[in-house]
Amino acid sequence: MTRLSPARIALYVTSALVLVYLILPVLIIAPISFSSARFLTFPPPSFSLRWYQQYLANPAWMQATKVTLTVAFLTVLIATPCGVAAAYAISQSKLRIMRVIHMALLLPLVVPIIITAVGIFFVYAKVGLVATLPGLVLANVMLGLPYVVISVLAGLQSFDPAQEMVARSLGMNRLRSFFAVTLPQIKSSVMAGGIFAFISAMDETIVALFISGGQYQPLTKRMFTALRDEIDPTIAAISTLMTAASFMLVLLASARQKKSG
Amino acid sequence: MLALVSPALLVILALIVLPVGWLAWQSIYHDGFTLENYRRVFTEDIYWRSFALTFEISLAVTVIALLLGYPVAYLANSVPKGWSILILSLVVLPFWTSVLVRAYAWLALLQRTGVINQFLRYLDVISEPLGLVHNTFGTVVATVHILLPFMVLPLYATMQKIPGDLMQAGTSLGASPSLTFFRVFLPLSLPGVLAGCTMVFVLCLGFYITPELLGGGRTVMVSMLVSRNVELYNQFGAASAVAVVLLLSVLAIFFVVSRFISLDRVLGQK
Repeated sequence: MTRLSPARIALYVTSALVLVYLILPVLIIAPISFSSARFLTFPPPSFSLRWYQQYLANPAWMQATKVTLTVAFLTVLIATPCGVAAAYAISQSKLRIMRVIHMALLLPLVVPIIITAVGIFFVYAKVGLVATLPGLVLANVMLGLPYVVISVLAGLQSFDPAQEMVARSLGMNRLRSFFAVTLPQIKSSVMAGGIFAFISAMDETIVALFISGGQYQPLTKRMFTALRDEIDPTIAAISTLMTAASFMLVLLASARQKKSG
Repeated sequence: MLALVSPALLVILALIVLPVGWLAWQSIYHDGFTLENYRRVFTEDIYWRSFALTFEISLAVTVIALLLGYPVAYLANSVPKGWSILILSLVVLPFWTSVLVRAYAWLALLQRTGVINQFLRYLDVISEPLGLVHNTFGTVVATVHILLPFMVLPLYATMQKIPGDLMQAGTSLGASPSLTFFRVFLPLSLPGVLAGCTMVFVLCLGFYITPELLGGGRTVMVSMLVSRNVELYNQFGAASAVAVVLLLSVLAIFFVVSRFISLDRVLGQK
C-alpha cells in the first residue's frame, strides 16, 4: 500500500483546496437568494422568499424568462434533427469532403464567441433580424449544433451499421430502416445532444447581448445588464433557479447515456 | 448523404462562415480598399496595450490553471474508481453553471462588502476591506475558475493511458517515487498538458463576460475592445480588424499545436 509520504499529503491538501475553490461559488448563491437582507451579509440574517417573489412579480423578468424558454425549446427542435442527420451522413459516407464538413460543423467551438457575435450582428443588421425571435433562435441553433453532432457521432460509433444493412436487405427503404433500427439504438445520445443544446441556448449570453433587444431579450441579457449596474439579490434567485434547471437536465442526460451503456 | 448534412451545413455557413467573412471584408473595405484599420490596431497605443494585456492574462490564467489542475487530475488518476468519479464530478459541476451566474457568485464573494472581506474582518485579519474585485485580480480568479475543467479533463484522459506498470518498473529499479514521477510520469503526461494549456489559453483570449463584469473597466481585454468599438463608438472597421487579428492568433495557435498533437485531443473534451 501507498504510505502517506509528505508528498502524498501535500497532494491531498492541494487537491482539496482546489475542489473547494471550484465548488464554493456554485454553493454560495442559494443562501444569498434565500436571505432577507438587501445587501450581502453572511450568514444571512433570516430566511425569506422575497427575492423569488420579486422575480415572479416583475413583468420584465417574466417576459425574459418566456423568451429564454421559447428560444431554448425551438433551438432543440431545429438543432437536433439537423445535427442527427449530419452526424449520420458523416459516419456513413466515405466522401473525402465529409471530413471538411465535420470540421466545419465544429467551428462554433473554435471561433471565439465574441467574434461570432459581432459578425452575426453585422449580418443581421443588413437583413433586419436584429431584435427578432427568429434571429435569436437561428444563432442558438448554430451554437448548439456541435453538441448534437459530437454526441450522436459518439453514439453511432458503438452502433454496427450492418444491422441497418440487414433491415434494408429485408426490403425496408433507407429512411424506414433508420427510424426502425438505427434511431432506437442511438436514442440516448440524441437525447443527450438535445439536452446540451438546450442548456447552451439557456446560458448563451454574448450573442444575445449584440443581437437581442426590445421585447425579445432573454434572461441572460437582462441579468448581464443588471449585474453591470448593481448587485440585486433577485439575480441570486434567478441564478439559483437556472443552476437547478441545468443540473436536472445534466442528470437526465447522464442517466440516459448510462442506460445505453 | 450530402443532402443530409446540408441543413446543418447551411446554418453553419450562414451564421458563422458568412459573418466572419463579413468581418474580414469590412476590416479592409470602406469605400475602397484600405489598411487603415490594421494600421491603427498595430500602431495605436490602446490597441496593442489591450492585446498585450490579453496575452498576459491568458498566460497567467493558463499557468495557474495548470498548477491547480495537475494535482487534481493526478489524484483522480491515482485513487480507486469511486473516488475518481467523485473528484471528476466536482470538477465538472461548475461547468454546468452559467458563466453569468458564476460571475455573480464571484462578485458576491470578492466585493468590498462581500463574503471573504466580511469573514477576514470578523477574524480581525484585516481592518480595511481588500480590493479583490473590479481589477485584474478578480478577473483572473474568476477566469481560472471557469477554465479549470478544460485543463483537468484532458490531463486526466492522458494520465489514464499511462500504464501503471511503468511507475512500478521505475520503483523496482531503485528510483525514488519523485524520480519516477519526474522522469517517467511527467514526460508521458505532457501531451495532456499541451492539450489542456492550448484549450485554456485560446478560450481565455476571447473571454468577454468575466473581464467585463469583474474587471471594473480597467482590465480592457481584446473582446471588450471589439464590443466597445461596436456599441459605443460605431467603429465597425476597427472592431472588425481587432476581431480578425484575434481570430488569426487563435488559428495560428491551433496550427502550431496541431504539429505536435492531434487537434481531436484538444477539442475532444467539452
